Amino acid sequence: MSLDPVLLSRLQFAWVIGWHILLPAFTVGLASFIAMLECVHAITGRATFLHLSQFWLRIFAISFGMGVVTGIVMPFQFGTNWSRYADAAGNIISPLLAYEGLTAFFLEAAFLGVLLFGRKLVPTPIHVVAAILVAAGTLFSSFWILATNSWMQTPAGYQVIDGRYFPTYWSEVVFNPSFPYRLAHTVSAFYVTTAFVVLGVAAYTMRRGLGAELGPLMLRLALGFLVIFVPLQVVLGDLHGLNTERYQPAKLAAIEGLWDTGRGIPASIIAWPNMQAERNDFELAVPRVGSLYLTHSWDGEVKGLKDFPPDQRPPVPVVYFAFRIMVGIALLMLAIVVAGIVLWWRGRLDGSRPYLLLCQWAMPLGFIAVIAGWTTTEVGRQPWTIYGLLRTADAVTPSLTGRDVLISLVLYVLVYLVIYPTGVFLMARIVRAGPQPEAPEQSPIASGRPKSPVEALPMAGDA
Amino acid sequence: MPMPVFDFTLVWAAILALAVFFYVALDGFDLGVGMLYGFVGDPVSRNLVMNSIAPIWDGNETWLVLGGIGLLAAFPLAFAIIIPAVYFPILLMLLALIFRGVAFEFRYRDRPRRGFWDHGFCYGSMLATFAQGTILGAFIEGFEVEGRQFAGSSLDWLTPFSALVGVALVFGYALLGAGWLIIKTEGALQDWARRAGRICCIGVVAGIAIVSIWTPLREAPIADRWFSWPDIAFLAPVPVITAVLAWRLWLVLGRHNEYAPFAYALSLFLMAYLGIAISLWPMIVPGHFTLFEAAASQSTQGFLLVGTLFLLPVILLYTGWSYWVFRGKARADIGYH
Ligand code: HDD
Ligand code: HEM
Ligand code: HEM
Repeated sequence: MSLDPVLLSRLQFAWVIGWHILLPAFTVGLASFIAMLECVHAITGRATFLHLSQFWLRIFAISFGMGVVTGIVMPFQFGTNWSRYADAAGNIISPLLAYEGLTAFFLEAAFLGVLLFGRKLVPTPIHVVAAILVAAGTLFSSFWILATNSWMQTPAGYQVIDGRYFPTYWSEVVFNPSFPYRLAHTVSAFYVTTAFVVLGVAAYTMRRGLGAELGPLMLRLALGFLVIFVPLQVVLGDLHGLNTERYQPAKLAAIEGLWDTGRGIPASIIAWPNMQAERNDFELAVPRVGSLYLTHSWDGEVKGLKDFPPDQRPPVPVVYFAFRIMVGIALLMLAIVVAGIVLWWRGRLDGSRPYLLLCQWAMPLGFIAVIAGWTTTEVGRQPWTIYGLLRTADAVTPSLTGRDVLISLVLYVLVYLVIYPTGVFLMARIVRAGPQPEAPEQSPIASGRPKSPVEALPMAGDA
Repeated sequence: MPMPVFDFTLVWAAILALAVFFYVALDGFDLGVGMLYGFVGDPVSRNLVMNSIAPIWDGNETWLVLGGIGLLAAFPLAFAIIIPAVYFPILLMLLALIFRGVAFEFRYRDRPRRGFWDHGFCYGSMLATFAQGTILGAFIEGFEVEGRQFAGSSLDWLTPFSALVGVALVFGYALLGAGWLIIKTEGALQDWARRAGRICCIGVVAGIAIVSIWTPLREAPIADRWFSWPDIAFLAPVPVITAVLAWRLWLVLGRHNEYAPFAYALSLFLMAYLGIAISLWPMIVPGHFTLFEAAASQSTQGFLLVGTLFLLPVILLYTGWSYWVFRGKARADIGYH
């Protein structure tokens, strides 16, 4: 088997972005959550909110640090592996990425230091402002990076000169057709992901009898939030799908596993899309419902894959199953939230141990849905890097050999396999120790812990 | 395309130069602190060394992102040629920065493997610095280009010259780090930093000297630039000032002044930077494309300039403020133990 630099570069990109995205998926939500806790504490003076914030800040510090270092890898990928893409689209995507740096990264970095280490050094209102600005930074970051990605999905506001893309209207570049939907759906996804982590941690602390009243408080905060946001997420996803149908019909056809264009098409529940035979094997489908949710009418017309030449179709099974995983998780989430609300309403929320266990197991759901969603989006865009304009095979750096990329891919894999398990393990350890309901006024991280000599000093032989 | 009203290319060259210098100055000192960390023996001092940069390293590293994206934004063609040409040094730098970055938290929390993360912090800093130096060296030497793409092989960057620049940069960043530690520490640790600073000072001066002699010997256009009349009269002050600064640096490292070593180290960097800029001007891909040929479209430059002119001062203000919050000697109770 010869090593294909295109395939390996794609694997490498998927590997590094896939791991990176897990951290924003958590930190965007957590930053807002912490800012909220800090605000409530500053306004009401209730110590419980401070203790919660201190607890989550410890976890935030780890995940944010990992988000930063894995993020720095990302923009360089465009140069190292996708230099033709960088040359062709540089004039359009670069200001968006640069504005991300200018409006988001500096804001996050500068105020993160104050948020994590400055509780003793600045007055409380300034510390609250630092928390809010870090949260704002993560949202600005989402805004610009998603504008970039959305432009690649649904390019607008450009002209082509000598095979390269130049801006004509910046407002159209930024607010390209899929951007509002992608932004809303993704940010909401990040909030939902975080809320499920909070829910799971709350359930865990309650089952273990840790953290006194902090557990039930977290449980209610998370459930109250999710009862609004999970349904919202489904609605936003539906709208997003309508947008995809309009601007990326081949992707939508792959999502639905639809081969023949038609009216009143069925909703495919599960099947094996067979790309050679251009049909679905072993299909289970509900007649006519497909048209209903895709066009919001019983006999709306939907384009099928056969309308596109085979070399312009995405790998159908990947898109088809990734999408079903995401939607399946959304339904599962909905069920968990509804069950929680019912228990709460009946006053049996805290006592129901099976339910708490369920919440605990649901902790990773959001992350899986996010990865599945992005797989739908990005693999569904294939064979294009810029939809309809630049093919992935033409985007890769021409000087790279398969061996080069294999080496870098292996190294990225090895490094991430050291970093991520360690990070997760360390965060889990903080959770296992539980939130401290009686924590004395201290700096949030390790920082302010009184220096008992044994604790403070590394063990002998460490040097 | 609409006719250009005003050419922003020079403005962008200036902004990019500024961003890269900020990166070198800021991440330079904290990478330097990271390297020196490996040579500090006792655990109490180690904690202080780490705390001296814990609240600010993230902001410093952000300038790297801005530098990379700035290059893409202002000179996309240069980005598309240079970055692939230094594929492996970039890879090494990124992986090293990952280890170094997570070490801040992991070292503190992962006690059984603290030694491992300590090494990650120190060697990560060193490897990242060395990789950056080789990138600079390869950049000065130039790349093989065909059309609008790099046409060489992925190992072209690895030459004795680029390795030398890599080693010189290791000494250079360590020198900045020593300067920073002199500001942030006191007592025995500070004395140690002064001694480390002197060793690095020797390395830096040697590095600058060798590079300054080697480059004009190899690259005829660069020799032309420096040694032809009347340029030589205008440019002669550059090496002279550099030599004077290096001498002053040596002296203040031995005195009680706490800020001067860092300031002199920084000015030494500035002179070296200036020297490289003079040698290469106006090329952005040496030997192939000038700044103007590689520039982004007017619309791109303009769109980004509007925001940058407003945001950059604001960023400098609040970054300055966050340094102010953490002013004074490094404390054991602020930051990680
Ligand atoms: C919707 C959110 C989102 C998405 C899709 C991405 N990121 Fe990200 N990124 C963030 C949201 C984010 C963040 C939450 O804002 C982070 C995590 C830690 C941080 O500093 O910001 C971050 C970190 C982060 C950093 C480090 C910033 C620093 O130094 O502080 C860089 C350079 C990038 N990202 C770049 C990228 C690129 C090039 C991406 C896509 C190809 C990407 N990110 C996907
Ligand atoms: C938001 C900014 C993003 C940008 C600018 C971006 C850009 C790119 C580029 C340049 C490629 C390589 C060319 C290609 O194969 O099409 C790619 C591929 C890919 N990206 Fe993204 N991406 C972004 C976000 C994401 C996210 C958040 C994920 C989620 C995990 C993701 C997952 C993937 C995958 C899986 C591929 C490989 C697709 C395949 O070839 O099968 N991307 N993307
Ligand atoms: C029934 C519920 C849902 C529907 C109908 C839905 C719909 C969609 C569709 C159609 C896409 C692809 C859009 C495109 O590529 O153009 C998508 C992507 C995505 N989904 Fe969902 N989704 C649902 C639930 C979720 C949930 C629960 C999460 C995570 C918590 C999630 C996270 C994402 C993400 C991160 C993406 C990629 C970013 C994007 O393109 O928006 N989705 N979703």
